[in-house]
Amino acid sequence: MAQVSHIADEQGSTSISSSKSITLRIARYNPEHDDSSQFMEFTIPYERWTTVLEAILEVKKHFDHSVAVRYSCRQATCGSCGMIINGKPRLACFTKISELNSNVVTVEPMNNFPIIRDLAVKFERLFDTHHKIKPYLIRDDTELESNEKEFLQSPEEVEQYIQFANCIKCGLCNSACPTMATDSSFVGPQALAQAYRYVADSRDKGKDSRLKIIDESHGIWRCHFAGSCSQVCPKGVDPAMGIQFLRGYLLGFRS
Amino acid sequence: MRESTIMKIHYGTALAAVALVAVHILMRLTMGFAESLEYETVLANYKFIPYAVMLELILILLSIHGFNGLRVILLELKQGQAYEKAVSYGCLAAMFGLIAYGSRTIIMTNMGMT
Repeated sequence: MAQVSHIADEQGSTSISSSKSITLRIARYNPEHDDSSQFMEFTIPYERWTTVLEAILEVKKHFDHSVAVRYSCRQATCGSCGMIINGKPRLACFTKISELNSNVVTVEPMNNFPIIRDLAVKFERLFDTHHKIKPYLIRDDTELESNEKEFLQSPEEVEQYIQFANCIKCGLCNSACPTMATDSSFVGPQALAQAYRYVADSRDKGKDSRLKIIDESHGIWRCHFAGSCSQVCPKGVDPAMGIQFLRGYLLGFRS
Repeated sequence: MRESTIMKIHYGTALAAVALVAVHILMRLTMGFAESLEYETVLANYKFIPYAVMLELILILLSIHGFNGLRVILLELKQGQAYEKAVSYGCLAAMFGLIAYGSRTIIMTNMGMT
């Protein structure tokens, strides 16, 4: 375990200067030549508004530029910086150090995802399952005639699915799911929530084909309703509820 | 068979088994616990046709529910086409085996072949 206790003597316009500091523990692992992950510790100053992502970027800037982390928008929109922060799947850009109420912040790569290096994970499985449930409107009349207008919906119809449209594909729900940890073929809460998003959309006509896709041995029935997916979603999506609604369609309680 | 059909059977057998096992327990409460487990009492239960039918139903319901539950657990434990096929057919065979063996016991006892 390596420890770097003082910030490097570098003048940077964005460096954090504060009397308060935390110990940031970053899991380091390169599958090409490491047997297991090891933690490196860094002492990082922080302000009330400093996010975990900013602390990691501080490490990259002043201590160790080789720390692998995926990020982009820094405003919880792109869904790139998902990781396990103090044991819970969170977005690093959406988690302030001050709200963790801990002098030690431990960051690890998301569970249930293959690790590329350090905090960066592969998203192939998530994108494959997302693609599998046909995440688009299915209609026979896909092309609008020149004299037609857009497909209008009432506020009530929008209300049926709109929270599920907030999904940013960050993968935190899949990381928190206990079934994903053991069942490598499970379709996952992200894809199931998106299946409901389109099934519940009044403009969509692909309900039967989507329900058929998720109604298989590693589909919707392998969800045990732990509810962890809904607990960790940074956008307020409730995949566990969507899954129960989908089961309602398959059991004949909804149509 | 579609997974939703299997799960409908799974939930249905669970509900029916709860109802029938409740009747079974209530019947046991009509006498003392030790008395209800006496050899002659148990034989008398098997020879009473409606009760024997209920025991047979409980056997079938719990075998279906239990072995499908086992199949689901095993499918989540490990994945692979050959493994999953083996688990599904293995559980089906075990379920029929248990029902056959249990039915044999009920029928033989009912007919007095003890």
